[in-house]
Amino acid sequence: MIETPEKYEKWDLIIQPKRAWFDLHLGDLWRYRDLISLFVKRDFVTFYKQTILGPLWYLIQPVLVTIVFTVIFKKIAGISTDGVPGYLFYLSGIVLWNYFANCLNQTSNTFVKNVGIFGKVYFPRLTVPVSIVIINLAKFGIQIILFVGFYIYFIADGSPVRPTLLTLLLPVLIFQMAVLSLGAGILVSSLTTKYRDLTFVMSFAVQLWMYASSVVIPASKVPERFLYFYMMNPMASVIEMFRHSVFGVGVVNPVCIAISWGVTLCVLFGGIILFSRIEKSFMDTV
Amino acid sequence: MMAETVIKVENLSKQYRYGVIGHGTLYKDLQSWWARARGREDPNIRITSDVEPGLDGEWFWALQDISFEVKQGEVLGIIGRNGAGKSTLLKILSRVTTPTKGVAKIKGRVASLLEIGTGFHQELTGRENIYLNGAILGMTKGEVERKFDEIVDFSGLEKFIDTPVKRYSSGMYVRLAFAVAAHLEPEILLVDEVLAVGDVQFQKKCLGKMGEVARGGRTILFVSHNMGAIRNLCGRAALIDKGRLVLDAAADHTIARYLDQNLLEGAVASEAEVEERMEGIIRRNNPFIRFQEIAILDRSGLPRRSFNSDEDIIVSITFECRQAVQDLHIMVDVVDENAVPILRTRNVDDPSVTANFHEFEPGVYNASCVLPANTFGGKRFFLTVHLVYLKTEHLVVNKILEFEVKFQGYNYRYGRAGDVFIRPQLNWAIQVGRRQELGNYDR
Repeated sequence: MIETPEKYEKWDLIIQPKRAWFDLHLGDLWRYRDLISLFVKRDFVTFYKQTILGPLWYLIQPVLVTIVFTVIFKKIAGISTDGVPGYLFYLSGIVLWNYFANCLNQTSNTFVKNVGIFGKVYFPRLTVPVSIVIINLAKFGIQIILFVGFYIYFIADGSPVRPTLLTLLLPVLIFQMAVLSLGAGILVSSLTTKYRDLTFVMSFAVQLWMYASSVVIPASKVPERFLYFYMMNPMASVIEMFRHSVFGVGVVNPVCIAISWGVTLCVLFGGIILFSRIEKSFMDTV
Repeated sequence: MMAETVIKVENLSKQYRYGVIGHGTLYKDLQSWWARARGREDPNIRITSDVEPGLDGEWFWALQDISFEVKQGEVLGIIGRNGAGKSTLLKILSRVTTPTKGVAKIKGRVASLLEIGTGFHQELTGRENIYLNGAILGMTKGEVERKFDEIVDFSGLEKFIDTPVKRYSSGMYVRLAFAVAAHLEPEILLVDEVLAVGDVQFQKKCLGKMGEVARGGRTILFVSHNMGAIRNLCGRAALIDKGRLVLDAAADHTIARYLDQNLLEGAVASEAEVEERMEGIIRRNNPFIRFQEIAILDRSGLPRRSFNSDEDIIVSITFECRQAVQDLHIMVDVVDENAVPILRTRNVDDPSVTANFHEFEPGVYNASCVLPANTFGGKRFFLTVHLVYLKTEHLVVNKILEFEVKFQGYNYRYGRAGDVFIRPQLNWAIQVGRRQELGNYDR
């Protein structure tokens, strides 16, 4: 038998030390798509099997926060809501923000929460945060239905809000939020493996971030010269876009959209690169 | 035709670092950085004389320049003391961690039996968990679907397949988990017995499955402290010591070499000596049980290595229960040079012992048993000792002490004929005539 020369031999798997920064194995993620869907299904089933108050909470929480915001920021502080009824204005911001914040908080725990399973078996670690971003769409859906209910009620009640053509772009908007929260989440989860105290900073930072994201104060109140700087925060742009599409108010221009997408993609790729870097050495450092 | 090489490991090395990596918190890193920026002393620096020199912050090689090849269908045993690097090797091959240097190339799908039940979710039904666990182990949905009935059959849980696994007993849980892993049909199977669930029944099942897989022509890498299992299953074995591949040869040869490393000169094994040789399922944190001393004594309590066959031999085992335990098993195997057991005895064989010592409060205990006079022939014998707290810890020290028996003979007129392991004086009867149909052999 003639020995096959080494270089022609075909190996299914070559295990070697981490090398390039861009050695991302994103193809693996596609091969494990069944796993992602099963993770989503698992989380959905466990969510569904919670007590009745669990799912109900997703309706109560935004309503309560909306009431509080309306009283404090509109009635007491007198902050403008661009002519939109306060309840609708705040609810729209809160629903979007909730999706983003939930995804961010959950994905940022990826490594810490899965030490056990990651230490035993290999599968692309990115499947976990990706499935979290998808499963949160279910909760987001519940809250959006709540919002639509209020929306129809207020229109019937004679409010001057009307949807615009931008409504057709809503899926793109939601996609951007998902991408952003995934990117930011895995970025944070990678950093928390090195800096444990970041988890405490996180919950605090997410709250502050909300106030800089048009949830409470519309972008129309931001001074003109700071506007592009303000729009570097992709969530501000997303919320403004959303309000523009359903209420016909809010600051939307191509430059702002371009900036926010630019930042979103930077966060995503930065996150993926750091994440795939950490996932290889993670088991040695915990 | 030569079988194809399916695993090729070249100069594989893995470096770990003792102690802390960074300070672990952003606050302290910034504090150190700020102090250094002002030219002050770092407030977080460690005073090195406090810690054991050469440990903290130092790199050490868990694996160093390991190279070997495995052909298709081969079963390679991997042996070595605790911390030798066996598990690290399997972790690299199963991609849980990455090597620092070197390459490992693999053909075919790899699965490892340390993944049993990984990712099972309490709220999900058996059916849902089969799919989830299968996907985690790398099967596609289609593959699981095709094998689903087989898996359910194998587990014997048809009736409960739509019940959430939180209502399963632990036995059912393991059966289901094992059924999934068993139907993964990997080309290469990695088995780390040390890391497997500490259930004896379950370990047996694993071994059974391994034998089956091996006969099916698949490739197996098997880490074990059970020399008998290695000898039965593996044609070849590799010995790893302090991260280096010491020997890669026929299983018998490697085992002999490994066990010779364990053997001590005297008749007493101290705590440190036992600790170094200890294998099995060992809890690093909050251990329950630990050996303190193993000794071979004569009737007067003096340590000895050489006995006449008409003397009692006493095996003394001192151990510590760090926490309260119940039903401790202490097992002594008298083995031959190749670690094949000749005689086995356990504390739980003696009803008076189990009656008095069922619960063990934390503290130090001494257990001893008498290997009675007129049992052994004139040979060299070795001791393997097990200390088992069921399902939690299973400590083994293989072939740690040696003793020699000089056979005295029962009747000097007829010579000794003592060159066998077991040579007791038994009852004989002779009578005239053929065997009686209904004889009475009671005495």
